[in-house]
Amino acid sequence: MSRDPAIDVEGLGKRFEIARRRDTYPTLRDAMARALRRKLRSASPEGVDGAGPTGARETLWALRGLSFTVDHGEVVGVIGNNGAGKSTLLRILSRITEPSEGCVTVRGRVGSLLEVGAGFHPDLTGRENAYLSGVILGMSRLEVRRRFDEIVAFSGVGRFIDTPVKRYSSGMYLRLAFSVAAHLEAEVLLVDEVLAVGDAEFQRKCLGKIGEVASGGRTVLFVSHNLTAVQSLCQRALLLRDGQLVEDGEVRAVVSRYLGAGVSSSTLATWLDDSTAPGSSTARLLRVCVRPRDGAEGDPIDVRTPFVIELDYRNDSPGARLALSVSVIDEQGTTVFNAGPQGGPHPLAAGRYRETCHVPGDLMNDGLYRLQVEMRDGSERVFDPSEVLSFRLLDNDRFRDGWHGNWIGVVRPMLPWTVQKLDDAESLPQPDRSSP
Amino acid sequence: MSPRARDPVGAVVRGGPVGQAAAGQNHSTVLHVIRPSRGWSPIDVAELWKGRETLWFLVWRDLKVRYRQTALGVVWAFLQPLLAVAVFSVFFGRVAGMPSDGHPYPLFVLAAVIPWTLFARGLTMASTSLTANEELVRRVYFPRLYIPTASVSGGVADSMLSLGILAGMMGWYGIAPSPGWLLAPFFLVASALAALGTGLILAAINVRYRDVQQLVPFAVQLWLFASPVVYPSSLLSGPWRVVYGLNPMAGVIEGMRWSLLGGEAVSWGMIATSLTVIAVLLTAGAVIFRRAERTFADVI
Repeated sequence: MSRDPAIDVEGLGKRFEIARRRDTYPTLRDAMARALRRKLRSASPEGVDGAGPTGARETLWALRGLSFTVDHGEVVGVIGNNGAGKSTLLRILSRITEPSEGCVTVRGRVGSLLEVGAGFHPDLTGRENAYLSGVILGMSRLEVRRRFDEIVAFSGVGRFIDTPVKRYSSGMYLRLAFSVAAHLEAEVLLVDEVLAVGDAEFQRKCLGKIGEVASGGRTVLFVSHNLTAVQSLCQRALLLRDGQLVEDGEVRAVVSRYLGAGVSSSTLATWLDDSTAPGSSTARLLRVCVRPRDGAEGDPIDVRTPFVIELDYRNDSPGARLALSVSVIDEQGTTVFNAGPQGGPHPLAAGRYRETCHVPGDLMNDGLYRLQVEMRDGSERVFDPSEVLSFRLLDNDRFRDGWHGNWIGVVRPMLPWTVQKLDDAESLPQPDRSSP
Repeated sequence: MSPRARDPVGAVVRGGPVGQAAAGQNHSTVLHVIRPSRGWSPIDVAELWKGRETLWFLVWRDLKVRYRQTALGVVWAFLQPLLAVAVFSVFFGRVAGMPSDGHPYPLFVLAAVIPWTLFARGLTMASTSLTANEELVRRVYFPRLYIPTASVSGGVADSMLSLGILAGMMGWYGIAPSPGWLLAPFFLVASALAALGTGLILAAINVRYRDVQQLVPFAVQLWLFASPVVYPSSLLSGPWRVVYGLNPMAGVIEGMRWSLLGGEAVSWGMIATSLTVIAVLLTAGAVIFRRAERTFADVI
């Protein structure tokens, strides 16, 4: 009991009514009385229970039985698919909507960046909107005034500050809107998906700002689909699925659990039955697996992790000159590489074999990859190239220097890079560093 | 529902280390307990007062925006009542020959148009205010009561300008203002509150049933003719005037007229009835609004 948590959520639930029963009204007076009663009752959560004869309503639980605590200064990511209840959670925490059950205690002033631009009016100037939006978001006029220069500087709209915002480009508009929200002096900051908007440069700036806030000892709850950002900003993450908390823990583990839960990624394929296994009477695949070189199947692989592709098969025809090859194909359909054994195939005795392809770390980019396997016997195909599994390479936030957007490139090798000084001119900068 | 959740004092005491953690920020520990509310809840006056700057900024926004990108700008605030007075004077004063309790008909009408406009515009804007500010309701939390309140308050500035016009017209007719003028603000506030009380109820309903915004303009038209704007309530005999006061605008308009133009034709019974109705409307409006506001963000 040394210190109360900043956010304490207990048994939180939020129910939505998705269909209403159609009543028949015998008399006008009755109808009005009932309409009024119904209106008032449906305004309060217990009415939605529809206890008694009107219980024919369909309800949807956007959140159910959610309990967790967040300590002061913690930065917690909230991840999950669309509709998992992430936004509902933030909307309850910021008091926009009421929970249907449970209780939340928030200690500290709450600031929410749920959607930027709240309260902006197109006919007002940037300056006017900054004040308006700031006050609506919970700042006092004095606070806005005190931080006004900072807000303008951060937004970069500069000399357009006295132009109506309807003349702004959408980028300028967003920058100003975010800038106002980002300067909220809140102890508990709720951030939702603001980063899904704007160009890369702007996203980077936003994330930088959030990182700054987070490292400043404030409590942040951060909802995002940008898993890279979540991983680099947060130490801890909550995974929501269908309105329930399914995982709460160290960010990397939660993210990989989330990704692993998707149907799209399965790092192991096994065939127990010859009729389904790729192959022919010559040979058949038994098992294909992608795992970290120093880990077990199912362990997360990130862009820096060396990993192996294991191919188990059974050779049924002694002397066959079997040649396996694998192709790794990214989400755009580009074949990142195709690999096979060096030195050509040798005749093999009948039996079971395991071939292993070693892929170094710091080679591939993050993303979802499909693994295609092909097997030949001499010049004949034992089976056609077939996609046997898919696997995901997680991002890794080291060596990113504060950049949280997508790292472009088919591959992402870590290349030696040196800087040399060519002359003695004082004016030249002297960066004396080299990355590994 | 932990016991410590109900212990704001304890939270403040333990807030020390928290304050340090927040990098030298100068703040007190605020405690919010969020749980489903049940039944009727009282209006949180302290919260309303604390956030009053928001209300002020909403009013300011409406005023700022109202005449943006108009060629005549604020001239419209003068033109609108003048045009109304001109039309009413021609059709009801000249053509129909309505009585006007002995006042020049244009003055008689303008004295009523001022509170009526405040009421009619306030009511129309308040009842659609939540849906017009849907984005705010959906995205940000602040006391929802500010939104209709701001819509009604915005009209007060126009009323002040209109009072100036009336003073000018009285000068033109050579009528000196009486001390009753001092009561004019009171009746203006009364008509604003009548608009607010009705508007709160309609705004809350409009969030769920948009039928309201179809109905209101029509209802306001009818209400105009049900109120003593173009005719005097002295057309009715004594006791009926008190009953007529059940239309809150009847008492307010006659009170306004009396305070601005003087005269003996005023029925205090009617005014008292109207003021009582306004008080009831306002209370009912606040209570209903408060009860309904919990689901605004969900159903809007």
